[in-house]
Amino acid sequence: MYNKQIWQPTADLTTLQYRAKVFHKIRAFFYEREVLEVDTPCLSLGSISDPHIEVLSTQIKTLGKHVTYYLQTSPEYAMKRLLASGAPSIYQLGKVFRAEEIGRRHSIEFTMLEWYRLGFDHWQLMNEIDDLLSVLTNDVIISERLSYQDAFLRHVGLDPFSASLLDLQQCCHQHTEYGLEEMDRDTLLELLFTTLIEPQIGQNQPCFIHSYPASQAALAKQQIESSGARTAARFELYWRGMELANGYFELTDAKEQQQRLQEDMAQRAEHHKMWRQVDERLIRALEKGLPDCAGVALGVDRLLMLLLKETHIDAVIPFAGAHA
Amino acid sequence: MASYSTSELRSGNKVMVDGDPCAVLDNEHVKPGKGQAFNRIKLRNLKSGRVWERTFKSGESLEAADVMDTDMEYLYTDGEFYHFMLTDGSFEQHGADANAVGETSKWLKEQETYVVTLYNGAPLAVTPPNFIELEVTETDPGLKGDTANGGSKPAILSTGAMVRVPLFINIGEVLRVDTRTGEYVSRATGK
Repeated sequence: MYNKQIWQPTADLTTLQYRAKVFHKIRAFFYEREVLEVDTPCLSLGSISDPHIEVLSTQIKTLGKHVTYYLQTSPEYAMKRLLASGAPSIYQLGKVFRAEEIGRRHSIEFTMLEWYRLGFDHWQLMNEIDDLLSVLTNDVIISERLSYQDAFLRHVGLDPFSASLLDLQQCCHQHTEYGLEEMDRDTLLELLFTTLIEPQIGQNQPCFIHSYPASQAALAKQQIESSGARTAARFELYWRGMELANGYFELTDAKEQQQRLQEDMAQRAEHHKMWRQVDERLIRALEKGLPDCAGVALGVDRLLMLLLKETHIDAVIPFAGAHA
Repeated sequence: MASYSTSELRSGNKVMVDGDPCAVLDNEHVKPGKGQAFNRIKLRNLKSGRVWERTFKSGESLEAADVMDTDMEYLYTDGEFYHFMLTDGSFEQHGADANAVGETSKWLKEQETYVVTLYNGAPLAVTPPNFIELEVTETDPGLKGDTANGGSKPAILSTGAMVRVPLFINIGEVLRVDTRTGEYVSRATGK
């Protein structure tokens, strides 16, 4: 991929000036609200458990020993370790890394804004995201809020919680020619979501999808709906076909967190994915006590794409792709 | 047989899907926030020409199609087959049927070089060069002096192709034509 002729930036100067202005506005927004800026390490000895995210790592030799460092995919674990140590509400604006396919909306290195609010639940945090987007767009943003179940009923025509596996397989196959042999409900639901729902929602105002199936809770608390269904206190923000942010009313139960990490690791092993040191220091921190809080991670480059109406992520990053 | 991982497929790769050789046109990586990644792949069925989209799990593998693009010179047609010869000096000949030649039949000129796509060793498709120079065999008489005016008229070329040409073109002239659009480009120069 390296080519000595490709020396120019991928973003033009006007874009870089706009990018810097957005960074400044974000910092001013949190300064005003007394949310503390932190910068946790990019290189860590432990990594995340997520079965579907691949991590970049690097080896060094120190004191005669080979040591593996993992590049952060999000500062979540480290920020929670800070919160458990007594930090107030905190935010971080920095680079994260994922070993994913490079594409129109994916860069292996990208800028993430992640913040945690003590005493907030996910509903309050959604309000604050609207406030931030309002500041960044100089407009009044009031996002739509749609439950995962309602999104499926409206755009797919089936109930994600009560549909049978066969219904999901057939519906998925009908729209994507994939799925008749897929036995994992979540995989089918995710494919239906990206194929049928994502292009429909958040076309004007942004749209929060909330109350995910409990099986897709990741690091969110579980909640019981009025219908009796168990869902995850998790939300995702979509805007004009782009997935912008993922947030939780954070799981604080160390035992349950431990169990989820183990399930993730078992799933990774089952699919022959590369072993990595999962950062169980998160569990120790939760045992010490994570205060009730809500947190969210927002892809800043994607937000810039939307604000500048760019169709490729490379156009908002100084040096991306083969230029990096 | 070689295979490709769906996540590494690129435009131009040839793979087997549902038993037919297909050319990859586009590969879009689809990654839900949390969860399994997919590849939405746009394909052209090289047999039927049909273009369609299929979704695969990232990392799934697809068998590579034994499809090869080769440079061949057009020789002649016997009414049923169009005969081509490899330009690599081997003099190896292949007969392509009307199905494989398709629309390209109207651009076939002896001694011109074409890309013949071989599937399991037999011609599957024939692609003409982007530009080809052909003689005008039929058209209304040229209007002298009218070299700037915008009008056009139909002309039949030596291969039977019909193109619209400027009014000043005469029978016997050799023209440069874009085979992708079927449009006149210029008078051929130096020939």
